[in-house]
Amino acid sequence: MSYILEVKDLVKSFGDNTVLNGISFSVEQGEVVVIIGPSGTGKSTLLRCINCLTPPDSGQVWLDGIEVTDPHNNVNILRQDIGFVFQHFALFKHLTAFQNVMVGLLHVKKMSKQDAQKKAEEELRRVGLLDHMHKYPAELSGGQQQRVGIARSLAMDPKVMLFDEPTSALDPELTGEVLNVMNNLATEGMTMVVVSHEIGFARSVGNRMIFMENGIIVEEGTPENVLKNARKPRTREFLQKITELYGE
Amino acid sequence: MGLFEYARLIGGELAQGVVATLVFTLVGMGLGFVLAVPLGLVRIYGKGFWQKIIIAYVEIIRGTPLLVQLYIIYYGFPKFLLPLGIRITPYLAALLGFVINSTAYQIEYMRGGFKAISTEQIEAARSLGMGKWQTVFTILMPQGLRFSIPALSNELIYLLKYTSLGFVIQAPELMTKAKHLASVHARYMDTYLIAAFIYIFLTFIFSRITDYIDVRLRIPGFEPAKIR
Repeated sequence: MSYILEVKDLVKSFGDNTVLNGISFSVEQGEVVVIIGPSGTGKSTLLRCINCLTPPDSGQVWLDGIEVTDPHNNVNILRQDIGFVFQHFALFKHLTAFQNVMVGLLHVKKMSKQDAQKKAEEELRRVGLLDHMHKYPAELSGGQQQRVGIARSLAMDPKVMLFDEPTSALDPELTGEVLNVMNNLATEGMTMVVVSHEIGFARSVGNRMIFMENGIIVEEGTPENVLKNARKPRTREFLQKITELYGE
Repeated sequence: MGLFEYARLIGGELAQGVVATLVFTLVGMGLGFVLAVPLGLVRIYGKGFWQKIIIAYVEIIRGTPLLVQLYIIYYGFPKFLLPLGIRITPYLAALLGFVINSTAYQIEYMRGGFKAISTEQIEAARSLGMGKWQTVFTILMPQGLRFSIPALSNELIYLLKYTSLGFVIQAPELMTKAKHLASVHARYMDTYLIAAFIYIFLTFIFSRITDYIDVRLRIPGFEPAKIR
């Protein structure tokens, strides 16, 4: 089995604080991996190291057989294949939803305006926002903004999508609409790595769950397995709390 | 002679001064802006030698009075320029001084405007595969310049009144003309009142124009927050 994404022994410190202490895992084509763990255990840093938004101190990231962390490779080209969805949406505030989705197509993929418009419309339809395409981020709800963020990443036709706590800034109702979109993506076969506490999402579409603590992977397996049969008491305690909070 | 008759008498010559004042202000602001945008971007997002040069330039200009700068340009520069066959008139010296001065301030105002942009938008742009300067031009510049409009509007209005310092090197702007006319006619109060009125009038016009630009370029989310 060949992997679409391979993370090998990632280490990252900020000063004396070692946030990632040797993280390795692999993701198959079409797999949905959910990463959970207490705050400050390096989940976000891990995602950010995968597309080198935060360059790791050591270790490697391979995407479809190419090393992203190799300084000889052009990271701007490799990043086009790695969609990234931010906790706080990070939409471009001076651009409409439509323009947010198009900007990468026009300026990075150098698509013609017609093709970019067609593609952007397609992606906005996919996340159910065609009616709001001409609104600016400030005119959209949090859930709508996050769906634009997802559409913006999808438009680049990435090989893998990374989600950094995509719903933690949203109330339950808005969380639902974003999770719906993510469910659909998973069903369509998108390869996804999701940092989230949404246990329900992990259970329904997650193929694998990774539990991180203090910069290392503590548990790994099917969501059912990790949730039920965590080895360490501390992990079990955390998972129980999360399950109570975020439900089924 | 009443104030209005007197105003009419000196109006022609004052008008010449107003034209020079407007040229100084608009060229100072306009050329200053054209220079401040690229220099400001290097100041904010660049690094190394050129950034340091720009920091030094801004610090020197902001750290010295405009009055001193005008004296140095008018009395100091000819030492180097005359041997090259270049004569510097009061008009040119003043214009040069205002451009040099305003550019430095505009760089600093832009720095403030660009600071208002969240870093996560930079990360979002990079994660799409944009390069550093591509991010600057497509994502940061349209927002940073919008955020700079209020400060740049102030600069325009400051500059209008700072051009009155042109009189110290006899640049033929409004204040130079007023000072001359005041002593010719020995009507100091009246002349300076008329000059003051002209400055207020021009300031009013300028602030209407900058308000219009602000509204025209406004985007939902960029308007000042309302307190109800």
